Amino acid sequence: MKIFSVVALITGLVALAASTFGQGYEVGDTVSDFKLKNVDGKMVSLSDFKRSTGVIVIFDCNTCPYSKAYNDRIIALNSKYASKGFPVVTINSNDAESSPGDSFEQMVSKARKKKYDFPYLWDDTQKVGRAFGATNTPHAFVLKRQGSDFVVAYIGAIDNNARNASLADKKYVEDAVNALLSDKPVPVEKTKAVGCGIWWKDA
Amino acid sequence: MRRLIFPGLFFLLSTCLAQEAKTVRLADLQKLMNEKSEKIQVINFWATWCGPCVKELPVFEKLRAEGRPDVKVTLVSLDLDLDPNPAKVYRFISKKNIQAQVLLLDEPDANSWISKIDKEWSGALPATILINHKTGKRRFVGRALEEGELETYLREIQ
Repeated sequence: MKIFSVVALITGLVALAASTFGQGYEVGDTVSDFKLKNVDGKMVSLSDFKRSTGVIVIFDCNTCPYSKAYNDRIIALNSKYASKGFPVVTINSNDAESSPGDSFEQMVSKARKKKYDFPYLWDDTQKVGRAFGATNTPHAFVLKRQGSDFVVAYIGAIDNNARNASLADKKYVEDAVNALLSDKPVPVEKTKAVGCGIWWKDA
Repeated sequence: MRRLIFPGLFFLLSTCLAQEAKTVRLADLQKLMNEKSEKIQVINFWATWCGPCVKELPVFEKLRAEGRPDVKVTLVSLDLDLDPNPAKVYRFISKKNIQAQVLLLDEPDANSWISKIDKEWSGALPATILINHKTGKRRFVGRALEEGELETYLREIQ
């Protein structure tokens, strides 16, 4: 009986280790700097935001119906929080070969059409998406600046109602940013949502 | 008269044959997943809007068509998460002539239930779970299946 519990414990620990390592950032992790091409052709780095209180990084794309459903909510997040020190930075990691609607050209036209006043970055090599452990679109990571570091404070969905923004009664990203702005603990640090899987190149 | 009877019969027959996709809640789905079944449950989560899901549906249809007595295939559509109207799913099923059982999951607040399906699942589609109650083995795949992969997993959890 004892052997069984030891085996079960070891199996559990191995499974836990496997799920913790190599799958991107967790809350509390420091994010490595990245530099990606924006839709205006200029390069944008996370370190460009050294005067911000934090950054709302959202992995997004043009084609996913969830991205479409959340598009206006993402634009509204930037309008509401950029001036408070939490600008939005969106990143598209989708492989354009598998999903042609997510090519750089299509990103440029989407940003123009929706008058984006925040970066929409092209993660051509998918390295940034992999580093973050982004899985869905849209997938939000709220980062808090600590000196020159950016530390993950929230990972997950924007809110709890994809269908209808006005029916969302848990606004995870807003709640996280509001808490960080008033030096309070983030109420919900991690959530899951149904969404489109990111189109990885080797998948 | 005959001209009327034939299309009439055809209509009746096709209505009877067209499967009804049942709308279910999380509890119904959990019941299916925990059922003491002799069969290996193959449960695929998909949606009509999801390209990679639609592409892999024939894999599950093929498995169902093999008629293995030890396997039960269920396709769980998550379309209702975004669009409350199931009409699109009904049309899709009949257009693609899907014979495997389709369930429509109607459950709000995705964050509260995704991990209850499987801790490993991010919520991204497609996703597939294989459950063998007889051996207690289980396999979760949080992406589209590659050629031949389903057969490998079915063998693994025997």
